[in-house]
Amino acid sequence: MSQKQQWGSRLGVILAVAGSAVGLGNFLRFPGQAADNGGGAFMIPYFAALLLLGIPIGWAEWTMGRYGGRKGFHSSPAILGVVGKGSLFRYLGIIGVLIPLCVSFYYVFIEAWCLSYAIEYAKALFGGAPALGIDIQANTAAQATAAKEYFASTVGQSGDGVLFQGGLAPVVWVFLVVFAINIWLVVRGLSGGIETFCKWAMPAMALCALFVLVRVLTLDSHGEGRSVSDGLGYMWNPDFAKLKSAETWIAAAGQIFFSLSVGFGVIINYASYMRKKDDLVLSGLTSSATNEVFEVGFGGLITLTAAVVFLGVAGTTEAVSGGSFGLGFSTLPIVFAHMPLGDLFGFLWFFMLFLAAITSSISMYQPTMAFLEESLGVSRKQAAGMVVGLGSIGSGWCVWHSGGMVALDTIDSWVGTLLIVVLALVQVVAFGWVWGMDAGMKEAHHGSAMRIPAIIRFVLKYVAPLYLLVALFVFAKDDLPKWLVNLGENTVARNSVLLVAGVILFLVACTAIGARRWRTQGLDVDGERLPDEDLQPDQRS
Amino acid sequence: MTLLGAIFMTVSLVFVWGLALWCFKKVLTAPSEDRR
Repeated sequence: MSQKQQWGSRLGVILAVAGSAVGLGNFLRFPGQAADNGGGAFMIPYFAALLLLGIPIGWAEWTMGRYGGRKGFHSSPAILGVVGKGSLFRYLGIIGVLIPLCVSFYYVFIEAWCLSYAIEYAKALFGGAPALGIDIQANTAAQATAAKEYFASTVGQSGDGVLFQGGLAPVVWVFLVVFAINIWLVVRGLSGGIETFCKWAMPAMALCALFVLVRVLTLDSHGEGRSVSDGLGYMWNPDFAKLKSAETWIAAAGQIFFSLSVGFGVIINYASYMRKKDDLVLSGLTSSATNEVFEVGFGGLITLTAAVVFLGVAGTTEAVSGGSFGLGFSTLPIVFAHMPLGDLFGFLWFFMLFLAAITSSISMYQPTMAFLEESLGVSRKQAAGMVVGLGSIGSGWCVWHSGGMVALDTIDSWVGTLLIVVLALVQVVAFGWVWGMDAGMKEAHHGSAMRIPAIIRFVLKYVAPLYLLVALFVFAKDDLPKWLVNLGENTVARNSVLLVAGVILFLVACTAIGARRWRTQGLDVDGERLPDEDLQPDQRS
Repeated sequence: MTLLGAIFMTVSLVFVWGLALWCFKKVLTAPSEDRR
């Protein structure tokens, strides 16, 4: 077994978890969801979901993770095997390694887009040529076309393999650099790599966001209905009629869920490196609160406000309907082109998105590293080599199959969306129904700086599983048939799912090997006894 | 922006910033537990 990893400080683990949670979705997905689902009124179901689902499930993950760590385990399969008391939950726990690994396949590519855009703005800032080729003298339609074409050519949307024709495209070189930085940070370890990086990246991200926010809130009006106040109104004016729709409540819960990284497999791994006397209740709440500052405090004020001021309500509505990528990579560059000091703020914006992405992506490699180390008994460097191999295959697949972003979208849908709900359900059932609420709450309160409210017991046992079951039922009824038809019609989509299936087989084999090794080492694989430090000296194994 | 929009925005911002500041105050004023 490799050298034991641990966090350097409480603040470090909070910022690392918050860094994992804060991502592109905070700045691009949240404002679109809010504007589409009732504006200010959306915040009612949104905050209800935060308090009743996101934070409680997060606490359950933190608790299971630390408990597993106290029993000598750091991977989701091993920890859920302990908490879930047997092989069923151990193998279901594989999802907690599969999600971060497979999401990293495409997420690091998106990270490379952000850095590529930041580099282009930096070049424009010092070189003088218009960033991304957007000519502000041209009409709005021509600017929109230029921004869309730039995005399409940068990410290789026109066809598979186009980023490799005539040598590697610039974004592929950036991807290789970003991939190497990720691996380097993770190999440096929890404290020396991930924690140290997040400790400066998170404040840097906040500073970039603050600069852009001040710039946006001090923009001059551009015609009737295009002031900052109109922009804020587009995002925040409440439409209470939307609250009557179940879709609004599901959308709010979904946004909270994906934003906080619950059911992602990262928190359970990160918390496994904490000690019994470490607080996890306040730490979990603080990391969630930090995520909310970036999402509501920055994402809710910057993106759509700037878009309305320069593009008007109609243009912004069209941009929102184009999805997060359209809003972030095609619409906002037009806004920056018109903004005084736009190249500077464009650079700050995309560099901030890059920091948001990299603090998330390093958290995606760590669970796989930990899993390979403890299941196969390899060193951290050997595990890193295996992660490089897996990441090269998976990310290589997504970068090569860039046409229409089919590979990216398919893995994002099946793994980054569906399996998150499945893993969260597995976790709350293991926590509330198998391990037991009394044992779970007792463990959560060891060393805690605050108490978990009593109502959370009810929420975790009944409300959260019910919500997740309903979400899965709605998915099976509304979306699954379409997804299956798509797999039948699209070869790249089908093969992307087969790639994920191949990863699952590999992880199953590793788990089987690991379970045998752990038993040989005398570890309590099925959670049959308390951690050694909870036993009297004469009871210890 | 309407008055209700301003109210929703203000309450939301006060809630997220207030929660974050309260949490960080508690974390940073707790006894140091650095392990290095």
